[in-house]
Amino acid sequence: MKIGQYININLAVTTLVGLIALMLSLRVLAATPVLLNGAGSTFVEPIYTKWFTEYQKIDSEVTVNYQGIGSGGGIRQLIQGTIDFGASDAPMTAEEEKSAKLPVIHLPMVMGAVVISYNLKVDKPIKLTGPLVADIFSGKITKWNDAKIAKVNAAMKLPDLAIVVATRSDGSGTTAVFSDYLAKVSPEWQGKAGKNVDWFKGSLGAKGNAGVTGLIQQTEGAVGYVELIYALENKLPYALIQNKKGEFIDASSRSVTAAAGGKVVDEMVKHQFKISITDSDAKGAYPISSFSWMLVFDGMDKDKGSKLLKLARWTMSDKAQALASDINYAQLPKALREKVLSQIDKVKTH
Amino acid sequence: MKRREVRWSDLLFFNSLRALALLIILVFISIFVFLYISSAETFNTIGWKFFILQDWSTNGGRFGALAFIYGTVLSSLIAILLATPVSVGSALFLTEIGPRVLRRPVQMLIELLAAIPSVVYGLWAIFVLAPFVKDHIQPVLRGMTPGLELFQGPPFGLGLFTSGLVLAIMITPTITAICVEVFRSIPLIYREGAKALGATTWETIRLAVLGPGLAGIFSAVILGLGRAMGETMAVTMVIGNRADISASLFSPAATMSSVIANEYGEASAGLHLSSLSAIGLTLLLVSMVVNGFARVVIWRVTRGAR
Repeated sequence: MKIGQYININLAVTTLVGLIALMLSLRVLAATPVLLNGAGSTFVEPIYTKWFTEYQKIDSEVTVNYQGIGSGGGIRQLIQGTIDFGASDAPMTAEEEKSAKLPVIHLPMVMGAVVISYNLKVDKPIKLTGPLVADIFSGKITKWNDAKIAKVNAAMKLPDLAIVVATRSDGSGTTAVFSDYLAKVSPEWQGKAGKNVDWFKGSLGAKGNAGVTGLIQQTEGAVGYVELIYALENKLPYALIQNKKGEFIDASSRSVTAAAGGKVVDEMVKHQFKISITDSDAKGAYPISSFSWMLVFDGMDKDKGSKLLKLARWTMSDKAQALASDINYAQLPKALREKVLSQIDKVKTH
Repeated sequence: MKRREVRWSDLLFFNSLRALALLIILVFISIFVFLYISSAETFNTIGWKFFILQDWSTNGGRFGALAFIYGTVLSSLIAILLATPVSVGSALFLTEIGPRVLRRPVQMLIELLAAIPSVVYGLWAIFVLAPFVKDHIQPVLRGMTPGLELFQGPPFGLGLFTSGLVLAIMITPTITAICVEVFRSIPLIYREGAKALGATTWETIRLAVLGPGLAGIFSAVILGLGRAMGETMAVTMVIGNRADISASLFSPAATMSSVIANEYGEASAGLHLSSLSAIGLTLLLVSMVVNGFARVVIWRVTRGAR
């Protein structure tokens, strides 16, 4: 019996050692996986998630963990060094860049837009000019049949209805893009743009695109600004906005991509891609368009850095950009993508 | 030897319980310390004036908590004023007047109401309550009180009144459930005594149920108030989110918890972040003051009853 017991123990130990050896050898056989952590903009979360799953098929060693905690939160975590890359719908301020340990490189990834949605019983989209939008969102134009609105929409019969302005109450990139546009088209708005804006007394604030949309749908005569993708997915009506060339433009992925065309490309390169493209003077451009940036450090460690930059290169490919337009994001124009690629090549790792 | 073992286990038991109790205090203190440290910048630059400044401007870099304190206090007050009579009434119905067959199902329904997540209340409030307030309550109140600033204001359906209303609905189950327990715990002999003296049903309830149950009702209301003051999601969805102090109950406002929920995610500038923490600290302090005040009231009421 004692011998039997001994054999049993021996067997168990051998099996255990064998299993451990097997596991160790499996680990050696598989190449070391790289985990990249990123956080930031909620706007890009759907496409980032899609990209990162797709990219695993190309390079199975790379796993990306992305959390959409908001652009501000992403920048905060990047500065603290808890993540490998950030994502933001607004470029970092000079002060923020200074507090980061390493120089930060801005890489535009996709484009988006903000639309002016409304609740009005009209049969075709209403037209608005930049100054009109600014006046409505400052509480200066209070009725839909105001002479200034009627002048632009001559063929339309506008109701005698009070304008109820709905804004985002939570700090957001959408607000940043929209107020940046207001600052460009109206002198009064200069210096007042940001992720949180002091809206006029009597306007309403709601949380998220969904909150603003809910408000608009609830209230006849309401007007508010929401993200283009959200408006498209929920089939909301939105206004045609007059651009710098004088054309009234319907927001679409085409007209948004157009906003980054022409002279903008050279401007972008000159400013290391950190410029806003609202109120673009390109032909056919939708004026409230914006970039979303990936934020990476110049001088990351080699293991992670080289993988991340390779991934960033891939997002500039036709295939990756097509994935983005599948879910209503606007692609970066080809000319700009070339410039982004050469920027990526300049980023150092060690 | 055996006695020694017993003492050891007793000691272990005693000390582990003490550690657990201390842990709770420690958590509380660490929350306090965290909020204090992270709001230091605000108190250093703005000082105690933070509590009485009304302006909240992220662009202008001006931060004051008064509008949010006002929003929190007023919306909770509306909630308590509306919820207390309803809760006490339904608790009386459940324990004293209602038929026995109804009691269990009705009580189960009330408990179910307490389990609904607040974001669901918020959605319901946006799509059902707000239009109802806009179309039916506000015009009536305005019509009844011409010239009274309190019920004027823009016809949005969103604002202090609607958030008070949704809070009232949310805290009614809490208050009702506790009141039911309070009334049940009052000895039957009180009621029998009152009846024997020839009291009517109303007099019996007044003398033998509401009287001895007063302290209990009070603590139920305080618990409800605590929930109303801290409630974030549902309020954020219907209050309109403007840091304004307005004479009208129907104008948009903001509460301490709603501004934190709205702005913390995207706040990056130092003073803004620090002021949001300071608002968190204020909310903690206001809750502590309200709770302390309630304890004093309960203590005085019960002492008076004896």
